[in-house]
Amino acid sequence: MRVTNGPAGEGIRVGRRVFIALAAAGALGVTVGASAQRGLANALGSGLGGLLPGGDRFRLYSISGQYPVISDSRYRLAVTGLVDRPTTFTLADLEALPSTSLVRAFQCVTGWRVPDVHWEGVRLSQLLDVVGVRGEARALTFESYDGVDTESLTLDQARRPDVIVAYRMLGARVTTEHGGPVRLYVAPMYGYKSLKWLSAIRVVRDVQPGFWERNGYPVNGWLDGSTGATDAASPA
Amino acid sequence: MDASSRAATTSPRDLVRFDAVQRAAHWTTALLFAVLVVTAIPLYFGSLVGLVLPRFTVEQVHLWAGVSLPVPLVLSLPGPWGARMRRDLRRINVWRREEVEWLTTRGRTSLTADKFNPAQKLNAIFVGALSTVMLGTGIILKWFAYFPLSWRVGSTFVHDLVAWLLTVVIVGHVVMALRHREALSSMLRGRVSEQWAATNAPRWWREEVGEPSETATGE
Repeated sequence: MRVTNGPAGEGIRVGRRVFIALAAAGALGVTVGASAQRGLANALGSGLGGLLPGGDRFRLYSISGQYPVISDSRYRLAVTGLVDRPTTFTLADLEALPSTSLVRAFQCVTGWRVPDVHWEGVRLSQLLDVVGVRGEARALTFESYDGVDTESLTLDQARRPDVIVAYRMLGARVTTEHGGPVRLYVAPMYGYKSLKWLSAIRVVRDVQPGFWERNGYPVNGWLDGSTGATDAASPA
Repeated sequence: MDASSRAATTSPRDLVRFDAVQRAAHWTTALLFAVLVVTAIPLYFGSLVGLVLPRFTVEQVHLWAGVSLPVPLVLSLPGPWGARMRRDLRRINVWRREEVEWLTTRGRTSLTADKFNPAQKLNAIFVGALSTVMLGTGIILKWFAYFPLSWRVGSTFVHDLVAWLLTVVIVGHVVMALRHREALSSMLRGRVSEQWAATNAPRWWREEVGEPSETATGE
């Protein structure tokens, strides 16, 4: 800091200067923080980087305050509503359908982001083809084994190739903490749309806002594409 | 030191260091900060989520404590009740050359300390600025729809990083307070002894007891 005094005896406004400098550094961090975080995460790796603020790591949320534990053998996914053949899938049923793999980021609406996550499962559109969607259907409602979380997608959104019912994640089975054995993964939208512990899909006439939408998040949680251009939403 | 010898010869009396408004503002802010730290822990370390309260509740408490953080300070500034707080903020803002030198030489130059020494002033500025950054980034995180996604990622980064910094600084503040009991008690009861003032804040002591300060002019 340069000591350039004002008129004799008036003193230096150090407070104002330091305050403005720190606030400006904060603002700069907001604008370049996304790339700084990526650089830092690469430098630190997943070990230390997993604990420090810059690290790429999942932050595990649970609305109900606990993680529902469902064994692979007892897992069931009921697809009902405006369909020709209401069906209950076991995990084996899902795995028997053609699988799709994606390597895409998980972007939380609160700002954290985990790049290059491996996902594997059945395209939602494939499940819908199995059960046969009726003409008047326009939307889907998703339910979770946690008994609280619900989600919604329009039928058009659900038919995108990057929307899957995932049973593998990060190169292994989806763990309980991450919503296993089966969760939704909606790649072009914020993480809250990727409902965990998927228990039921109902095909309905209109979109019914899910848990997070009723708590203020947008019903259509599109990533706006201003970061991570490589895996930003591309129109279907 | 002539200051302390003088204090010893005159009858010792107490000086008001912080008035009731300032103490109320300080302790309300401290309480809000404690709530923010306690609620931040499960929000940051996901594995602790839901141990006591559901995440949504914790999030709401954190949010409202955060938005309320500037309220005590803001309320303590205007009107006749804010006179002392305004004067102290001015003390923190405006530094004499000797104070800057004392800080840049890490205490090796001589200093007639004001009501707050330069390190205390810097601490106040630091906490004020970083709290403002926390509030700003918190607002971006909460009302995210109005900001680009990259700002939100950046805000998360800054919010997390500054949270650590701020916690370290506040822990330091608490440690210092516990090591300087009379200073701490002035934040509880408002007063310090004239002896304490003469030793620790001679410039302010002279100002309070109405003696002309020899360094007030001719700098």
